[in-house]
Order: sequence, then C-alpha cells, then structure tokens
Amino acid sequence: MVNDDSGSAVPTGSAAPAGPSGAAGDEGPLLQVRGIVKHFGAVRALDGVDLDVRPGEVHCLLGQNGAGKSTLIKVLAGAHRPDAGAVEWQGRPVSLTSPVAALQTGIATMYQELDVVDGLTVAENIYLGHELASGGVTRRREAHARTRELLTRLGHGDIPPQREVGHLPAAGKQIVSMARALSHDARLIVMDEPSAVLDSEEVANLFRVVRDLTASGVAVLYISHRLEEIRQIGDRITVLKDGTTVATGLPAASTPTPELIRLMTGRSVEQVFPARRAVAADAAPLLEVEGLTLRGVFEDVSFTVRPGEVVGLAGLVGSGRSEILETVYGARRATAGTVRVAGTTLRPGSVSAAVAAGIGLAPEERKSQGLLLDEPVYRNVTLSTFGRFARGPVLDEKAERAVAHDQIAALELRPADPDRHARTLSGGNQQKVMLARWLVHGCRVLLLDEPTRGVDVGARAEIYGLIHDLAEAGNAVVVVSSEIDEVLGLADRVLVIADGRVLHSGPADQIDEHRVLDLVMEGSAA
Amino acid sequence: MSEHQPPSLATAGSVPPGPGPATPLERGAPAGTAGATPAGPSAPSRRWGGGGAGRNIGLVVALAVLCVVGFATGGERFASLDNVMTILRLAAVIGVLSIGMTFVITGGGIDLSVGSLVGLTSVWASTLATQTMAQDTHWAVMVFTALAVGTVAGVVNGVLVAYGKVVAFIATLAMMVAARGLAEIIANRQTQIVDVDPFLDVFRADILGVSVLVWIFALVAVAGWFLLNRTTFGRRTLAVGGNPEAARLAGIKVQRHTVSLYALSGLTAGIAGVMMLARTTSGSSTHGTLMELDAIAAVVVGGTLLAGGRGTIVGTVFGVLIFTTLTNVFVQNNLSTSAQGVAKGLIIVVAVLLQQQLAARSRRT
Repeated sequence: MVNDDSGSAVPTGSAAPAGPSGAAGDEGPLLQVRGIVKHFGAVRALDGVDLDVRPGEVHCLLGQNGAGKSTLIKVLAGAHRPDAGAVEWQGRPVSLTSPVAALQTGIATMYQELDVVDGLTVAENIYLGHELASGGVTRRREAHARTRELLTRLGHGDIPPQREVGHLPAAGKQIVSMARALSHDARLIVMDEPSAVLDSEEVANLFRVVRDLTASGVAVLYISHRLEEIRQIGDRITVLKDGTTVATGLPAASTPTPELIRLMTGRSVEQVFPARRAVAADAAPLLEVEGLTLRGVFEDVSFTVRPGEVVGLAGLVGSGRSEILETVYGARRATAGTVRVAGTTLRPGSVSAAVAAGIGLAPEERKSQGLLLDEPVYRNVTLSTFGRFARGPVLDEKAERAVAHDQIAALELRPADPDRHARTLSGGNQQKVMLARWLVHGCRVLLLDEPTRGVDVGARAEIYGLIHDLAEAGNAVVVVSSEIDEVLGLADRVLVIADGRVLHSGPADQIDEHRVLDLVMEGSAA
Repeated sequence: MSEHQPPSLATAGSVPPGPGPATPLERGAPAGTAGATPAGPSAPSRRWGGGGAGRNIGLVVALAVLCVVGFATGGERFASLDNVMTILRLAAVIGVLSIGMTFVITGGGIDLSVGSLVGLTSVWASTLATQTMAQDTHWAVMVFTALAVGTVAGVVNGVLVAYGKVVAFIATLAMMVAARGLAEIIANRQTQIVDVDPFLDVFRADILGVSVLVWIFALVAVAGWFLLNRTTFGRRTLAVGGNPEAARLAGIKVQRHTVSLYALSGLTAGIAGVMMLARTTSGSSTHGTLMELDAIAAVVVGGTLLAGGRGTIVGTVFGVLIFTTLTNVFVQNNLSTSAQGVAKGLIIVVAVLLQQQLAARSRRT
C-alpha cells in the first residue's frame, strides 16, 4: 500500500481534496468498491480490489496487462459477477448482476473494441437495447431528435443520426459509443483505452468531451497505458497489480512517473530508452527503398537503412506510414519504385520473396495479422520457418520446439513455455513471439509497426531494450509509431510522413517532438 | 528447480539455428521462467491442443452408447461379424470423403461439391470408352480417370476460391450443381454397368476377411492423419485456416495452399467414386447424392472447428462411425429414414453445443 499526501490510500470519506477539474465538494463517493475478488477456475483475476470514484472526477486506472483492469471493468459493467466484495453506489449497496442492472444503476461502459454495430445507423446504435418505441414500432423521429441532442452535447452535432455507423471513422464510432452511454443517463462512464484508436488531434477532442462531461457531474473511470494522457486529463489514479489495489487516490498531476511504473511493475525502470550508439557511416545499406509509390496512398518514398541502424517513421494514423511498411514487405504491390535488400532487388508484391530475402514484419494488429491465437507459442514462433524442421514433408516437432524454446527464453518470454497458447499471453509477450519468429528465421531487416501498441508501460522498456539489442546485433530496423517520443527515442534517423509524402528526413537527435508535430500538422493542412 | 529444461531440449545444441547474425539473441539467463510450468512433452494434453482427448472420449462414449442400444434391440444380429462388416463397408465411402472434407474445413473452407463429384467420377470412369480402354489395357485406367476428374474439379474449386475470391460456399455450390448436370449428360441419365471383371475382382475382394473398401478407408484415414499432424502440409493447413492474414504475412503461400486443399478434397471424391463403382458395380449420376452433407456432419461432430484452424482426423473417423452405426441400428429396428433424420439432427446439435462449451472452457484457462 502506498500512501500519499492526499490522505489514506483507501479513502473512506470525503477528506481528500478534489483534482483540478473535480466537481466534488463535500459529496460522498459516487461509487465505492471494496475487496472485490473474482476467480476463473484456479486463477484469481481479482484479489481484493478497492476503488472509489467521486462525482465529476476523472479517475484513472493503471496497471500492466493481466493486472485485472479488464476484469474489474466487466464487474462494474455487470458482465462478471464477483465472488466476494461489495459495491456501493451513492452510499447504498448495489449488486450489478447483469449489464442491464449496471446501466440502470447509472454505470455505462465503453469497451476498447468499440461495441457498435456497423450496419445500423447512429441513432439505432445509440438506442440499441432500449429503443424508443410504442407497441413495437420505433419512434424514429424522436430517436433522431434525441440523438442530435446527445451528439451536440458531445460537441459533434455534425454527425447525422441516420448515417450508418460503419461509414464513420474510429473517432466517430467512439462518439457514438459515448452518446449511447449518455442516453442511459449514466453518472459514471467507464472508458477502456479510449485513445488507443485515435490520433493526437482526435485525442484532444476526446479530452474536451471528457471535461464537458465531468463539468456536468458525470464521473469517468479512465483506463489508459499512456501516462502523458493520464497527466493531462486525470484527477486521481488507482494502480492495480496482480488483481489487487496497490495504491489509490494518487494525484494524477503530481505523482512522479518512476513511482507509477514502480507501483505497476514492482520494480524500477531507470531509463526508458537505451542510449544510442554510433552506426558505422561507411557500412553498405542493408535495406534500400527507392521511389516507392502506392498510387493514392503514398508516393516517392526513399530511404536506406544500414546494419545496426534504426530508422523511425513518424506520422499520424492514415498518413501512409503503415502502408509504406507493408509495401516494402510485399504485402501490397507497389505502383512504382524498388526495394533492395543487401543489393538484391525484390520481386514486388511478394511476401514470400521479402521473407526469403530476410525481411520480417511485426504487424500493427498482432492478434489479427500476426498470430495463430489458439496455437501454441512454438508454432507461432516457427510459422515462417517450420519447413526447415522437416525431412521432406515430415515435420520434426522436437527440433522445432527446441529452437523456439531457446529463442523465447533468450527474449525472456514470461512464461517461457513453448506450449502455451498465444491467446493467453500479454501484449508485450505476444510482441516477443513475433520478434522470436523473425530471429529464428534469421531476418536481418525488421519492420516493426507500432511495436508497443497494447504493451503496458513496464514491458515497453523491455521491448525498447530488445529493439536496441537487435540493432546492436547488426540488423536494420524500421519502426513506425504514433507516439512521437517513441520514434525519437528509438531511432537513429527519422522520416516524418504526412499525407503519403516524406516531409523531413534526418538524424533523430536533430529534431524534437514539437518540430515533428509542426511538420505533421502543416503537411496535413497543405 | 532453477532449470526447467525438459529432456527433449537436451538436443537443442544439435539443431540448426537460422542463419544470420542475430540468432539467438541473448539477454542474460532466462530469469523469467520462475513459476512457469515446465515445458516439453511432459504436457501432452496441451500439446495436442487441449481438450482434444476429452472430445474424443465423448465420441467414444457416444459410439459405445449406440452399440449398447444396438445390442439391446438387435441382440446377436447387431453384434454379428457380418453386421459389423456391413457398418464398416457403409462407412468407407462417406469416410473417405470426410477425410478430404476435414482438410478443407480445417483450412477455413467448405466443399459442397464432393457428393456430386462422386457421381461425376463414377460415371466418367464407367463410360463405354473408359471401360473399353480398361478392358484393352488395365483396370487402373478406370481408377486413374476417376481420380483425375475429381482432382481437376477440386483444382477448379480451389482456383475460384483462392484466386477468384469467390466465397467457398458459393463456388463449391456451383460445382455441386454443374458436376451433377455433367454426370447426367455423360451418362444420359442411365446406369452404367461395370463389366471390367478384373476391376471388380480387385475392389470387391476381402483381405483378411475385411473388404478392400474398408482397407481403402483405413489407408486414407491413416495417411490423412499423418498428413495433418506430422507434415508441413498439415501445419500450413492449420495456419491458413486459423489466421490466413497471419499466415500470408509469415510468408506462407496461402492461395496456392488453398488450391491444394480443394484438390485434395476432389481427389478423395474420386477415390469415393471408385469405391461406389465397386460397391454398386455401376456408375450413376445419382451416386453420392447428399453425401456432402453427411461428410460435413461427420467432420463437425468429430470436433473439427467449422471456422477453421483446428482439425481432427480421429474425430472425423468417429463421426463417420457414429452416423453409420446409427443408420444401422435404425435399419435393424425397422425404423423409418425420417426418424433417422431427426436423430442425426439431434446428434449434430448436441455435439456442436458440447464442442462450444469445451472451446469456451479451454479459452478461459
């Protein structure tokens, strides 16, 4: 337990001062959670969680993957029933036995994978499950009018209620999801990593909406991996570790980052980004991309990566950066331009040619593009090399497992169990499986698309260390990330991309975050 | 317990690591393994995909229950060697189709055309021209014709699905209708009697008291098991069915593999066509009608995921035996085929419900 100056770690009353935008005066907590325990078979997902949320505050929930955040959210949403513990709502005990009960209590949840139905309209989505109807006939006009009100309240009166949700961008779907929460008259909105799918501009809008909500007395339980966001928007922080509350009521603005990381991981992280080392300037480039163009997406992209070098691509979502990686990799067929590995030109549009030449891609969406979730780890590691462990067509699984085991042990996969299904691994460990795949393959060019998406703070430093080591070992690494500090921290050279064009290319230590942002904004406006 | 190295990993040093300067990437001792379950062959149940053994036990129990019911109602008649052979002979044709179907479904597809292809291949292999040529040269001409026709049709299915991006259900539905029509045209809607005696002698014979047809089924099943569980082809099938995008980005030639899966299914339809020729001593465009549904039912009841990515040949064999035994028990008790249909439907639903529960349980742990 960690105490801080805002009072006891588990406030029982209203003594703690409110955060910057907190509307809580002497009111009691809106929600009080005490000693929640939840088992799944032999696994204790939650093992005594305490939490209290005041009206009008943004309460941030921090914790590594597997700390129990998702389970806690599901308990609050009425999707899981706790095995022990008590939930009080405005001082009265409540039991959240079903999603409907939770909504009626006043708790609405916005899940990370936005749970909107693409084929329905905005209004239909918002009133899904509690349609405005008389005798089974929906009152469309009223639904549209109320939808318009809700959207206006969220600052998005521009979204037409009759628009099909599938046609909205991720940010728009999020607004719809939020409007749905409001349509239930929610007093507490749980937001599970709402910024994960948004770029920085959309995040700013999200924050504005959250501030509007809290100003009107709605409380927000905000889950995010990004500490910078929590600093900006949060009032107080609760940290979960291994299903237990290790600290609660920490002031979001003033608790030092190392302290938060120590609480989450149980160990301290001295330095997030490893020190850069000089790359031999005369080394022949390993990867050469020349005039690469994919019509309508990006054009005339050229860069080279030498052995031991990390090149970062910075840009907003939709700027074409991921597509550039995929085209280099042959997953998309370039309209023009060439890709050379160690001097040999690759056949365009052929993944197998790229893999054979020694390029490996760790895709942005690990779960849907990278892994066989219900297969054991070792088969995921050897997915592009299992042919090597075969005499003729017959596999030698023993050899395959041994090699996979060595590699995951070297990467400190936890647990280093080659038979565990990939689905059960945390984001950071899944990323290690992807890296292990290409290391077993012997790749010398690694393309990493958002290498730390869905990876919690503690494991991030580890992934950064791995990327550093990969470069040290003489590989050429290309990193794409939405987080500019990540690109600048990891890369030796940076390419700034906006609207499919390279706006800037140069050493990473000669440009800072503001300059990158300026370039990106200008580029998008142009 | 500082070392979790299982015995099988003692050979790790002799295994060729991948080329390139980066392997293996050492980051100190594997300190993070504390508390991990010891890996290795000591955990066979997980190695075989968790719950697999449990599912097969369910199938064994189901088959045993059917046999008990059969014995209780039919007595000696049911348990006689003759009757067991009848069941196996009936199971053989559907069984061979189901093995091919297991591959297609595991690979994330479906093949509705196999029943029609049994008809088409049986007709094509028993035309006057084919039989005359077989008389003049060798009976194997008939077999080769059936297998070639089946495989080519399968390749057409596969190309439509993999390169034409036609949904598998639609592509093979079209083949199902077209192949049946082509069979009718070729046979002119008449039954073609097989009178190549050497052919019939070979395929209607018994070896060790067991029909050649049953031996073929056993052979195809064993080969299928090996192919799915022990070869790169099988591994590719699991990868393509489990996550085609991940397989593609790992460098697997997904389209080419998809074509080979449908070709394999077509090949098994050709084998089944030959077996029908032998069993009925005739080729007919009506052979194999609705067999595709029986094959799919057997595969699904056996525990192969209809969504792809997980397949079991042993389960499929049990699925086939369960349905064939069910039919036999009903026939022995003079129950109508209509009642049979109801019972089959119930079995399919119960099996899939059980499967889903098992899948959900293995996902949680």
